Amino acid sequence: MAKITLSNLAHSYSKTPASPSDFALKTIDHIWEDGSAYALLGPSGCGKSTLLNIISGLLAPSQGKVLFDDNDVTSASTSERNIAQVFQFPVVYDTMTVRQNLAFPLKNRKLGAAYIDSRVNDVANMIGMQDFLNDKASGLTADAKQKISLGRGIVREDVNAILFDEPLTVIDPQMKWELRTQLKALHQQLGHTMIYVTHDQTEALTFADKVVVMSEGEVVQVGTPTELFERPAHTFVGFFIGSPGMNVLPVTVVGSKAMIGNHEIQLNSTYEQLSGTIEMGIRPEYIKLSNEPSGLAIKIDRVEDVGHHKIVRTRHALDDQSLGINVIVKEGLEITDDMQYLVFEREKINVYADKWLQDGKAAI
Amino acid sequence: MKKTLNQKAWFMVLPVLLLVAFSAIIPLMTVVNYSVQDTFGNNEFFWVGLEWFEEILHSERMHDALSRQAMFTAIILLIEIPLGIFVALHMPKNKGFWSSLCLVLVALPLLIPWNVVGTIWQVFGRVDIGLLGHSLASLGIDYNYTQNSTAAWFTIIIMDVWHWTSLVVLLCYAGLQSIPDAYYQAAKIDQASRWNVFRHIQLPKIKGVLLIAILLRFMDSFMIYTEPFVLTGGGPGNATTFLSIDLVKMAIGQFDLGPAAAFSLMYFLGILLVSYVFYTLMVNSEGQGS
Repeated sequence: MAKITLSNLAHSYSKTPASPSDFALKTIDHIWEDGSAYALLGPSGCGKSTLLNIISGLLAPSQGKVLFDDNDVTSASTSERNIAQVFQFPVVYDTMTVRQNLAFPLKNRKLGAAYIDSRVNDVANMIGMQDFLNDKASGLTADAKQKISLGRGIVREDVNAILFDEPLTVIDPQMKWELRTQLKALHQQLGHTMIYVTHDQTEALTFADKVVVMSEGEVVQVGTPTELFERPAHTFVGFFIGSPGMNVLPVTVVGSKAMIGNHEIQLNSTYEQLSGTIEMGIRPEYIKLSNEPSGLAIKIDRVEDVGHHKIVRTRHALDDQSLGINVIVKEGLEITDDMQYLVFEREKINVYADKWLQDGKAAI
Repeated sequence: MKKTLNQKAWFMVLPVLLLVAFSAIIPLMTVVNYSVQDTFGNNEFFWVGLEWFEEILHSERMHDALSRQAMFTAIILLIEIPLGIFVALHMPKNKGFWSSLCLVLVALPLLIPWNVVGTIWQVFGRVDIGLLGHSLASLGIDYNYTQNSTAAWFTIIIMDVWHWTSLVVLLCYAGLQSIPDAYYQAAKIDQASRWNVFRHIQLPKIKGVLLIAILLRFMDSFMIYTEPFVLTGGGPGNATTFLSIDLVKMAIGQFDLGPAAAFSLMYFLGILLVSYVFYTLMVNSEGQGS
């Protein structure tokens, strides 16, 4: 187990990167604390797999260093780093039985037969494969195979970290829940540093203590699930997390007042001299439909009932364009025709300048 | 609902039936026809039953040709399959200039007409003007493929390896390309040795194409005719007279149409049988894989 430090790290797949867009991974400084469970969340192509492969040593970074505790491992091979990785598609050795698959990493490290035997049995119990130990791995279902991949990842007790590269992509939805719960339990039991790459926010938020959100090769926010939800550091995080994501509306901010067109919204904080494109972010959960004309005037486009709540798609006419605003309404609340106004929860409003969150002073 | 009886469908099958009849069944039946009859010329035939088959089965000449053939096929399979895998494993993996160049170079021998291959090696091996023959002779090695049967065998085997290993390489290379990177990465993380990577990842994944390669090489080498015919004409003596060369000698050289027909039928059925066994093996192993 180890603390992993990324220092001034960047990577480009091109040999002669000319512009920032040539970089799959822009400069990153980050510390992965020992024994924590992290999720690396971002859309496809944001560089999260690149980052993971750099940590595992399958890829050498173009710039910067990777430290395990205080050792520089930037040029160390994958096996020297002593990490485990579980891949998107189950990787099992078809020629072997389940038992041989699990024993393989230990055998290659020339550990004693008695130890291997007991360790394999333990791991088989953890992943619930104890009844299949003597079966050929090739005949198993996708989720059983992925469990074996996972088992091969945790079979070594001394690994520095376990990395997961979207490990549940090919698994059926029901099995996903089960495996994810198992993973979480394994983390609590084993205490390894775990890094879990995914583009699925539910997976990230349920698995991790801390979520690292990436976009276009950059880490845009590191935080607990609550922080990501309540205080997205970047409008991208607001969009990406939540279903639907945060509403981002163009505003002008003067002191503690925000203006959408002519509509004035009182803020909880005071902002001074904001420059750039100013926007206001508010989650659909924190907006109420109202029939009081003091709210923001809107028209309801449509209502989507998703079971335990309703998503109301609304529209506010601003000058010659119209702003789409999503609202989440609890099941059971009736939406009447006179509900043509929106009221925002003051303390949940975030203000962004050039897409980055701004901290204001508490307004008096 | 009652189905209406409509026999028109037979007409639809007719073209295929005719095609197959003319291309396969009728020629094959003439062979069958010859194999059970004898003639003294004048286009007069009389029935001899299975006599030709018995004669061929007990003929020492055929036994010799068969054992030469089996020996040849065994040797070239033993060389070409491992060599082909070896070369495929060492070709550049990533798409790019070097892998394209390798593929073109490897594929070249496959594009040369078979009798040209024979001619190339005939010249190549000549002691007076051939690069190979002359070099060997100047090294003091007694090499003359027209007089020495070991030299003749050596030349034919090297020629076949040169000509056909490429096929094995290409098939294996295609098989190797289809293995996802994650397998190699996982193997690295598991600290698998090079041999284990080959044994537990690469070999199982190319098993399907490898069986096809073995099947094709078996069939082709078991029927080999053109190259040894051009190179040695079956000689010196009968040293490189393989089954098909012997067959042609018997049918056209000696005009023994009856025994030759019986012989070619058994030859055909033998190859069919082995291919069928291979095919069954292949289908079964694919079923296991998925």
